[in-house]
Amino acid sequence: MKLSGFFFLKSVSMALSQIWANKARSFLTALGIIVGVASVTAVIAALTGLKAKVLSEFESVGAARLYVFPNRPDNAPRTKFPWEKCRLNVNEARAIMEQCPSVKGISPIVDVPMSVESDSELIEGMSVSGIWPAWHDAVGRKVLRGRPFSAIDVDTARQVALVNQAAVDELKLDREGSGGVGEYVLLGGRRFLVVGVVETLQARMFGMNSSQAEIFVPFSVAEKVLSGWYFMQFVALARGPEVAEEAQAEIEYVMRRTRGLQPGDPDTFRVAAIDQYINQFKSMAAGVTAIAGGIVGISLLVGGIGIMNIMLVSVSERTREIGLRKAVGATSTAILLQFLLEAVTLTVLGGMVGLVIGKAMAIGLTLIPGANLEKADVPIWAIAVSLVFSAGVGVAFGMFPAIKASRLDPIEALRHE
Amino acid sequence: MEEPIIQLRSITKVYRVGVETIHALRGVDLDIGRNEMVAIMGSSGSGKSTLMNTLGCLDRPSTGEYVLGGKLVSAMKADELALVRNEEIGFVFQSFELLPRQTALENVELPLLYSATGGSASARRRRALEALQRVGLGKRVDHRPNQLSGGQKQRVAIARAILNNPRILMADEPTGNLDSATTTEILALFTALNHGGQTIIIVTHENDVAAHCRRVVRLRDGRILSDLPAEEDAEVAPYVAGARETQRAQLEAQGAAA
Ligand SMILES: Nc1ncnc2c1ncn2[C@@H]1O[C@H](COP(=O)(O)OP(=O)(O)OP(=O)(O)O)[C@@H](O)[C@H]1O
Ligand SMILES: [Mg+2]
Repeated sequence: MKLSGFFFLKSVSMALSQIWANKARSFLTALGIIVGVASVTAVIAALTGLKAKVLSEFESVGAARLYVFPNRPDNAPRTKFPWEKCRLNVNEARAIMEQCPSVKGISPIVDVPMSVESDSELIEGMSVSGIWPAWHDAVGRKVLRGRPFSAIDVDTARQVALVNQAAVDELKLDREGSGGVGEYVLLGGRRFLVVGVVETLQARMFGMNSSQAEIFVPFSVAEKVLSGWYFMQFVALARGPEVAEEAQAEIEYVMRRTRGLQPGDPDTFRVAAIDQYINQFKSMAAGVTAIAGGIVGISLLVGGIGIMNIMLVSVSERTREIGLRKAVGATSTAILLQFLLEAVTLTVLGGMVGLVIGKAMAIGLTLIPGANLEKADVPIWAIAVSLVFSAGVGVAFGMFPAIKASRLDPIEALRHE
Repeated sequence: MEEPIIQLRSITKVYRVGVETIHALRGVDLDIGRNEMVAIMGSSGSGKSTLMNTLGCLDRPSTGEYVLGGKLVSAMKADELALVRNEEIGFVFQSFELLPRQTALENVELPLLYSATGGSASARRRRALEALQRVGLGKRVDHRPNQLSGGQKQRVAIARAILNNPRILMADEPTGNLDSATTTEILALFTALNHGGQTIIIVTHENDVAAHCRRVVRLRDGRILSDLPAEEDAEVAPYVAGARETQRAQLEAQGAAA
């Protein structure tokens, strides 16, 4: 059987007039779809905005940055890889610096808890980080006042310190407009000259520390007080974002060689590029999208049942009409298609209304101050997926009523009261 | 003699309702030729509508053969029958059966919706307009059914039925819901169409309607009782068994209409 393009056009226009004639009923029926699509659109818009925000933050941080962590291999016997063998050693940082051509700079970072004292304040158990001068470049933190660490500070283990602005405030170092530079602090009972102030990180991305105060000392100084357990990591800077992967491979190679790992032995360390954090974030966002999708699936299911119900009502209300259409030559397929198209028109219209509401909600989200959602937007793919799903619901739930309509016997239908 | 358009051979129709078996048609043989205008009469329950539905390919006989325009339609599948209804048969119903939200023009266009050969949108529109003009409603194309009188509605229905230039135009009590003046109008329209070459079959209770036809087939209890030219039928009508019932039904219908 052949159906003309006219048939499809006319069927859709009839579906629209049918929907228009029963405005209130159609609206209530499509409400499930509208709410479902609107909420998923808003959730996706929010996620998209958050993602854009986070990614741009990562980018400003720099894609050339690499971290090296100790890492005890999973599933490996504890006896073969004790923690001491995994721990990073500062000599490994030196080896990386000397042997990795793609690495521009590297700095160990070791955190030592110490009591910190200024003239007026005392803070116990504050984390003091030992670093090399390359740290400034590698993590991209500039000095606001004073000067950064120099090689001499490290080589001669000078008792100098860098503090961040938060530490200046918490330790009340800003006397007489010095801004903290030139003041002294006591670290574990030794006097340190504050040579520079670095900017305080905005909110730390994944950190929850209530105190944002940080103090840095030359690595060689920190090394002297190290005993027993400590945690060291390296931060390295590749010569450019484009060689970040090479740098990562080189570091892995040098680390394995320095540690004397045999082929087949697992890595006892981990080299992480910022990319991997981005991927982690992306997969988290995908997870949230999937959950939102599940919720929408349920609301579409509920909406679909409503559609099925109203279409069954429509079929029985229009039994005589169906009989007449068959009498003037409509085949079962034609009737089936007409009712399916009507259901699909209803759900797609519902989907469109939902999209408009979702878009409005997305615009609303961008206006919430401090929500970090100023980039919230509805991506094209979400529009396409919403419409396809709406149409799918129309087909799935309109099918049974449409089959019922198509199977009606023309004479019986015409005799229907 | 020219081959008849319609040839019915031993047509029976049996309905089963629960344990009961109803023989609506018990062996009907009937030939109808081109350009005839035939009335089918008979008391209520005699099988007129059943015969009409069979002739109109809305229903298939239980047994027997039906040849329409040389094609054995009694052996056709549902989709083939739909095509035959679309192209070769026009129906007019007692209760008009117009779609309430569509204009007269859209109602007339309806059969073209289901035909693959309807032409462009403007060609369809032109054909529907022509059909409306033929039934004298050229000025009411944009009216909806609730803005039309009963006679006008039936004209729209007739325009819809003749749109595809069908071999046969079938009407099951087309004037049953109309007053006598409008009935006369509609019959005049049928007569004009018949003079224009259209084959017409009308099921009716009313002798006046039958009088407009050239041939009258009377049914009783699922069988053909008589098949006579209209003038002869008028003479024998009072003597035909069951005519009294026919008259009673007619009176009842009038009483209900009043
Ligand atoms: N779908 C059906 N199921 C069962 N019986 C039926 C069905 N259709 C018709 N009949 C029976 O078949 C017989 C003939 O019915 P039909 O409708 O053809 O009569 P009719 O001559 O058109 O009557 P009327 O003048 O009242 O319209 C009746 O006894 C009727 O009850
Ligand atoms: Mg009848």
